[in-house]
Amino acid sequence: MTRQRGDVVLETRGLCMHFGGVRAVDQVDFTLFDRELRCLIGPNGAGKSTFFKCLTGQLTPSAGEVMIRGQAMTGAEPFEVASLGVGIKTQVPNVFDGLTAEENIWISARRWHDERRTRAVTADTIERLRLGDIRRMQLGRLAHGQRQWVELGMVVAAEPWLVLLDEPAAGMTHDETFRTAELIEEINKTSALIVVEHDMQFIRMISRTVTLFHEGRILMEDTMDAISADKRAREVYLGHRA
Amino acid sequence: MNSGMLRQMRPTFFYALLGLVFMFVAPQVLQLFTIINLTTAIALAVLALSLALIWGYGGILCFGQVAFFGLGAYVYTISAINFGGSTWAIVMAVLVTSAFAAALGYFIFFGRVSDVYLGVITLTVTLIFFSLIRRTSGPEYKIGNALLGGFNGVSSPPINLPWNTSQFLFPEHVFYVAMAALIICYVFAGWLVNTKFGRVCVAIRENELRAELLGYDSRLYKLGIFTIGAGIAAIGGVLFCNGVGRITPDVFNLYNAALTIIWVIVGGRGTLIGPIGATFALFYLTSALGGQSVLNNNLVLGAILIVFVLLVPKGVAPTVIDWVNARRKTAPVRVRRRRGARAEGTE
Ligand SMILES: Nc1ncnc2c1ncn2[C@@H]1O[C@H](COP(=O)(O)OP(=O)(O)OP(=O)(O)O)[C@@H](O)[C@H]1O
Ligand SMILES: [Mg+2]
Repeated sequence: MTRQRGDVVLETRGLCMHFGGVRAVDQVDFTLFDRELRCLIGPNGAGKSTFFKCLTGQLTPSAGEVMIRGQAMTGAEPFEVASLGVGIKTQVPNVFDGLTAEENIWISARRWHDERRTRAVTADTIERLRLGDIRRMQLGRLAHGQRQWVELGMVVAAEPWLVLLDEPAAGMTHDETFRTAELIEEINKTSALIVVEHDMQFIRMISRTVTLFHEGRILMEDTMDAISADKRAREVYLGHRA
Repeated sequence: MNSGMLRQMRPTFFYALLGLVFMFVAPQVLQLFTIINLTTAIALAVLALSLALIWGYGGILCFGQVAFFGLGAYVYTISAINFGGSTWAIVMAVLVTSAFAAALGYFIFFGRVSDVYLGVITLTVTLIFFSLIRRTSGPEYKIGNALLGGFNGVSSPPINLPWNTSQFLFPEHVFYVAMAALIICYVFAGWLVNTKFGRVCVAIRENELRAELLGYDSRLYKLGIFTIGAGIAAIGGVLFCNGVGRITPDVFNLYNAALTIIWVIVGGRGTLIGPIGATFALFYLTSALGGQSVLNNNLVLGAILIVFVLLVPKGVAPTVIDWVNARRKTAPVRVRRRRGARAEGTE
């Protein structure tokens, strides 16, 4: 299937996720185009991660649909979503603590390539993300920022065409955050991305279109500048941040 | 098999070689009684190996590994009596046990049963076997020509030469068969954990969600390693009933179920040789204790378990490996590079 810029790669319709009485995600209609880079922002508890988990199969939505490249993926297992070629980073770091950085990345690449190509892709990813020094270190022994980088490395090594990142820069130093932004720009050359972030500076570095979540709903969808200028947006979120 | 895998498997080959030497030297220097005893220990070591594989590498804490061991022994015995020969009986034992494990595992893994319940379910299955077979003492409980014999069990026909039912093996020969089977199972398991399949299993053990988010169906991998582990346990069961000469429902009791776990805890999860070594050590410890009456056997085992859980929680083999790796770090850089201390070798 040939893809052109402008195809819809991900779409939700009337997506709801309710926990008892809590409407974590409520009637969300969302569209992402190919090669698009979309940021999700919103106050704590706005439902960004829950929305994310519905997209990636970690949660089965209470109602509504998730379509990825035209395929109905509502209620699919996480491995089925990933097997479409979707790279996923969760908010809580999810890595293989007992394995080395190299082995972590190897496992990701091996899903898609044979033994020989996997070795090449692994070496390549390690160089690209500058993980050479920690290559043979167990992930459990690494600092938080380094673990985040290895997780990004796992995402990159799978060469996904759609990338979903939940707070990729959380807990990173200023320098690391800057490099993450660079990496995201680079990934965006070949894939579409959704990035959840709190760090406004970071979002300004990478953003094109921003979706603002509030109480489980999409409050606004516009450029960062337009959102910054909006009164409602300032009230619910930006006022105490940017 | 590429050069990377051969390098990874170097320790496996080393221990396999040690095993081979032992296999040929032991009968020359040890008494027959000791050799027969050893055969039983080897059978138990195969059982320990199977749990080391599925728990240590697959992260599946199966409390009823002994169920597959016992099932293998029963299927072997009943088939051998009916077939009048052991060759197909061994094949049956492995196939039936694996199929049973695959069916049980299907419900457990595809039903996404949590780890705790997995332990409960497998233990329950073991205890069900225990009480069911204990109640089969009447003459009406027959499978073909084989009487199940209730709590007295069934006496197991000895292994014969392949497809030659008139040539039975003597106990000293069964020792060779057992030792060869242990070595083959060990090398096989050592190879398996270094394949893509084995590495993905380890990744799933480390973080199941992450593995799924990379596109691996964790249910399939867990089912796979669980089924293979059951097949290996069945081989242990076949050796066991050959070593002892009969199989009784006691194989399914709680004591044996717990003992299997203890071997792996003491030997160390994440290694294969550790649990094998621990099985031999504890087997001889309990035999030695059996000869005296000052200390209760179970008490000693319980004490060993507590000591290990508290003081050597990783088990013997991983602790030794950590210690060696720590010393290696202080060795010259050239050596370190070449060896490249990996976090997850075979041993
Ligand atoms: N498993 C759950 N059970 C019950 N309530 C939940 C569950 N997961 C999330 N929630 C609730 O849903 C709401 C949305 O949470 P979510 O984690 O999606 O927010 P978020 O926008 O990602 O916030 P943050 O910026 O803090 O990461 C919150 O009120 C949260 O308490
Ligand atoms: Mg969140």
